[in-house]
Amino acid sequence: MITAQHEQDSAATATPDRIEGRQNWMSVLARASADDIACRLSGLHPLPRYRLIRGPETGLVMVQGRAGGDGVPFNLGEVTVTRCTLCLEDGRVGHAYVAGRDARQAELAALVDAWLLDESARARVLAAVIDPLAVVQRDAAAEVSRRAAATKVEFFTMTQMR
Amino acid sequence: MTASPTLAAFANPVLDAQAAFRALLAAMSRPGTVRALAALPESPAGLSPAAAALLLTLVDSETPLALAGGTAARDWVSFHCGAKLVAPQKARFVLDPGCRLLDLDPGTEEEPEQGATLLLEVDALVGGSGWHLTGPGVRGEARLCVVGAPPDFLADWAANHARFPRGVDVILCAGSRIAALPRSLKIARE
Repeated sequence: MITAQHEQDSAATATPDRIEGRQNWMSVLARASADDIACRLSGLHPLPRYRLIRGPETGLVMVQGRAGGDGVPFNLGEVTVTRCTLCLEDGRVGHAYVAGRDARQAELAALVDAWLLDESARARVLAAVIDPLAVVQRDAAAEVSRRAAATKVEFFTMTQMR
Repeated sequence: MTASPTLAAFANPVLDAQAAFRALLAAMSRPGTVRALAALPESPAGLSPAAAALLLTLVDSETPLALAGGTAARDWVSFHCGAKLVAPQKARFVLDPGCRLLDLDPGTEEEPEQGATLLLEVDALVGGSGWHLTGPGVRGEARLCVVGAPPDFLADWAANHARFPRGVDVILCAGSRIAALPRSLKIARE
């Protein structure tokens, strides 16, 4: 069982906008498949060299829910999570927690996370990897909500009929 | 706030921890024998390889730990074990050379298993000479030479042994080798 850990790097990198930026790219990487990440990375060779600190390893995380969003927390169920931590040669440490069992996805996501901490490479990696993946994910989400919206029932009409 | 360490832990987390646990079990049930741990993790500055392996094996988020040593050691342990770091008096496991045996939690008469375990880093462990060990798990008498034990250790040990079944168990670590002193053990000076 993986215990939830909040890992943050040195105080210098922990300002709110940097945390938000990192949360953003980590969430994009967590939703992208290993092949998608590898495909976007292929234009950026050579990739930085790295060594694994932990994992990639698969475990379970208990997800808690709250009825109505503000009720008493209850255990909703366990979700399979794969995590990976690695270290680049310059000492930057990247983390990834992704749903599912894909070790390659976790490793690539951690690699991109570590690489994005390097400010000299950040703009290039964001443009090549994160931004295109984010666009694809946003379009896919919009498509799903468009289809769902088409099935919406107007209860307003039914009350008028009475 | 915890910085991320740049050192890994066991190469093979499950099997290596099982092997270390097995070695510790053997050392604890046969006091006076010195065991070498076969699989050792990358250990940070301030932790011997044996102590690092034992922490990975024994400690997790549910075992409060008191840890001396530099930030490298603390960061490494926090990251790989997920242990809560607490004061020695409240800890289940203690790795702090400044700590005396009698300061630690010996458990209660009803729950002596709640007693703390002290990991003590020493310079060397040699069987066959030194202290005279008698007690459960020892046929007749065993000898153990501990180089670099704290000067008042044997006096403290006598008091620790006297409060059995309460008490503190000790695991000695030297490089990649370990030996165990369960609280039931009687130790006489050479």
